Amino acid sequence: MLTTILSTVTASFLASVVEVVEAFTIVLAVGLTQSWRPALIGTGAALALLAVLVLIFGPLLALVPIEALQFVVGVLLILFGMRWLRKAILRTVGVIALHDEAKAFAKQTDALSKQSSEQRADWMAGLAAFKAVLLEGTEVVFIVIAVGATRGLTLYAGLGALAAFVVVMIVGLAVHKPLSRVPENALKFVVGLMLTSFGIFWAGEGIGADWSGADLSLVGIFVIVTAAAWVLTQRYAPTSAPLAGGTAK
Amino acid sequence: MKLILSIIEEIWGLFVDDGSLAVLSIILIAAVTAAVKLFGLPGAWGGLVLGVGCLAILTFSVDRAVRGNRS
Repeated sequence: MLTTILSTVTASFLASVVEVVEAFTIVLAVGLTQSWRPALIGTGAALALLAVLVLIFGPLLALVPIEALQFVVGVLLILFGMRWLRKAILRTVGVIALHDEAKAFAKQTDALSKQSSEQRADWMAGLAAFKAVLLEGTEVVFIVIAVGATRGLTLYAGLGALAAFVVVMIVGLAVHKPLSRVPENALKFVVGLMLTSFGIFWAGEGIGADWSGADLSLVGIFVIVTAAAWVLTQRYAPTSAPLAGGTAK
Repeated sequence: MKLILSIIEEIWGLFVDDGSLAVLSIILIAAVTAAVKLFGLPGAWGGLVLGVGCLAILTFSVDRAVRGNRS
C-alpha cells in the first residue's frame, strides 16, 4: 500500500509542477505586462470554475463500478502517459525543441504588449490568465483523478498537486520571473514513465489481469517501461549537438 | 465560442498528439480486451501483451518521428 501511496503522491506532485509552472508563466506575463488585477481575476475565475466542475463531476465517479473505472482511467493514462513519454524522448534526442519558459513568457508578453493600447486590454489579459489556469488546471484535475481515484487515493493525489502549487508559488513569487530553470523535460520524462506504468497496470486490472505481487508489480512495470525508454534515448541519441528546433509532432 | 473550442481542442490534445500513437494504442487495448473477455485469454497474459504492445507502439512512434526528422 505504501508503494501505491508514494507513487501516487509523487506522480501527482511532479506532473502538477509541470502544469503549474506553465500556468504561472502566463499569469506572471499578464501581471507584469498589463496589471495584477486582470491576472488575479482571471486566475481566480478559472480556479472557481475548476472547483465547481470537480464538485459536480467528482461524486459521479463513486457511481462508476471500480472495474470499469480502472479500465477507463487505465486507457486514458496510457494515452496521456505515452504522449508525454514520447515527447520527452523526442526532446531528449533532439528531434523536437525543449520547452522554454522564458520563450513562452516573452511570447505572451509580446502579445499582451501589442494589445495593451486597446480598450479591452484588461479583459483580454484576464482572459489569457483564465484560459491558461483553466487548461493547465484541467490537466492537474485529470492527473489527480487518474492516479488517485482507482484506489481511493484521490486525497493523497490532491495533496501532491497542492504541494506542487505551493512550491511553485513560493519559488515563483520569490524569483518573480518565469521558472525557466525547472528541468521540465526531465520531469515530463519521469511523469510519462509513471503515468504509462499506471495506465498499463490499471487497464490490465480492468480487463482482469491478476498481476502477481499485486501493487508491487507496478514497480516492476515502471522498471521495464523505464528500461525501454532508456534504450530508445540511447538508440536515437544525437550524434551531433541537439537541435534547437524540430518538426516532429 | 472560440474559447470553448480552444479548450476542447486542448483537452483533446491531452490524449492525442501523434494520431497513430493514439489509434494504435486504442486498437491494442480493444484487441487485448476482446481476447481476454471473449476468447478466454488468461488475464495475466492479457496484461503482459498490453504492456509489451504499448512499448512496441511507443518504439514505432518514436522511430517514425526520428526518421521523419532526420531524413
